[in-house]
Amino acid sequence: MLLALPLVLSSYLVTVFVLIFFYAYLGQAWNIVGGYAGQLSAGHAAFVGVGAYTAAVLSLSAGLTPWVGMFVGGALAAVLGAFIGFLGFRFGLRGFYFVLLTVAFAEMCRIVANNVEAIGGAVGLYITFTGNPRQFQFQDTRAYYYIALGLMIAATAVAAAIERRRFGVYLSAIREDEGAAEAVGVPTFRYKMLAMIVSSFLTGVGGTFYAFYLFSLQPNTVFGIPLSVEIIIRPIVGGAGTLFGPVVGSFILSPLAELTRLYFAAGGGWAGVHLIVYGVLLVVVVLFFPQGAVPWMKRALGRTRA
Amino acid sequence: MLDVSGLDKSFGGLHAVKNLSFTVGEREIVGLIGPNGAGKTTVFGLLSGFLRPDAGQVIFRGRSIAGLAPHRVNALGLARTFQIVRPFPHLTVLTNVTVGALGRHAAPVAATERALAVLDEVGLAAKRDQPAASLTLAERKRLELARALATEPALLLLDEVMAGLNATETERIVDLVGAINRRGVAVLLIEHVMRAVMSLSQRIVVLNYGELIAEGRPEAVANDPRVIEAYLGAAPA
Repeated sequence: MLLALPLVLSSYLVTVFVLIFFYAYLGQAWNIVGGYAGQLSAGHAAFVGVGAYTAAVLSLSAGLTPWVGMFVGGALAAVLGAFIGFLGFRFGLRGFYFVLLTVAFAEMCRIVANNVEAIGGAVGLYITFTGNPRQFQFQDTRAYYYIALGLMIAATAVAAAIERRRFGVYLSAIREDEGAAEAVGVPTFRYKMLAMIVSSFLTGVGGTFYAFYLFSLQPNTVFGIPLSVEIIIRPIVGGAGTLFGPVVGSFILSPLAELTRLYFAAGGGWAGVHLIVYGVLLVVVVLFFPQGAVPWMKRALGRTRA
Repeated sequence: MLDVSGLDKSFGGLHAVKNLSFTVGEREIVGLIGPNGAGKTTVFGLLSGFLRPDAGQVIFRGRSIAGLAPHRVNALGLARTFQIVRPFPHLTVLTNVTVGALGRHAAPVAATERALAVLDEVGLAAKRDQPAASLTLAERKRLELARALATEPALLLLDEVMAGLNATETERIVDLVGAINRRGVAVLLIEHVMRAVMSLSQRIVVLNYGELIAEGRPEAVANDPRVIEAYLGAAPA
């Protein structure tokens, strides 16, 4: 159904769906470490930024196609993720301390990118639109629709594969009680590192899409706290640590964000009001559906969770 | 099987465990008793890798394990339970136990099968699909035991698995620990329920203020004046 949808949608609605899929993808990537493993990274924008800049710089200065650059970007993001994870997990930073560590790294990246002229400094990088598929550019916006859809499906498949394996069971044990998990033989450090690496890699790959879909990247946007919030809030609303939580969350929030932007920000000059909507929604979710929409829907449908 | 010598641990000014030496033999059940604050749980922490000893050696099946990470200690065949039970509350009873089984059976299907067998043994099979948070205290204690058992240990450290249980529930755990031991698993048992310790243990180690004050057969230990003094205070002269 989703495959045929672009044929009937207006081009504006296609872009809304691109946003839904893309943020579902980023949310799913975050879900692996933030949801399943319960390690609350609030700086995932760092990985988007590293991926985006890597692919863009490689394309602009070395002519490397973003189709390859996206994996280089993912790999570099994974290296950064491994470094942040090592610091956090090796030195036992939990809860708020891990949140602060991840935010701090994203902010460091933002400040560095702002000040390194070789990658455009505060102005950022602009990608000239050529419409060349080799350059990850398409005349027909529906191409982005299919790529974003593919990304979302791929990340969800990765999460599903993790969930079914020992990896996934160990991650949920770590989320529930790390000490108890250690006591029954779970190498918690190793598995938290693995989760962080997979998550940051996927997020970094997403950075390429971000850069080449928008044709530009500014440090304050791709490394900014608002983007980190966008990434986190969908899986939390949908159900962190559930397979379809990030997808459901994105189907709820991305159109909502787009609508508030359209009606308040563009029309009435109320820029940023969608953030207030996020805030209210987050309070509602925490109060009434603390596990998110997906577990609640499952209960409502009378099914028990396996 | 377990050979502890010269074990020492301080927390700031508190000397929690002092130059402690004792052993647990193959297939043996050893009781570790002592008044509150004697350092029993600290000893478990030191043996299971949660605490690093300041001095001393812990040899388990011929390997020095002092200072190893808890999951490594567990992989070598030494499993512990926690005095204050620590189930994975939102996971089902079956998944809780499966986590333990996955160390020896990497394939989830095999681990689940193993977990089901353990649940049968501890009598929790009927609750397999409930979240652990919904269990009663007695059931949680059995879950704690099941999860440790699923890691297929050679030595099981049980930290007050009977505390807070009524007589019938205690009886069930005593029978269960006895059955596990008959299968060849050695047990080191911290317990305040004296009747249970006395009936289960082949040997008893008594701690007071972090020091070993008596060791021996249950009857001998129970009549040892130092032990009576530690529990009840010195007799008036």
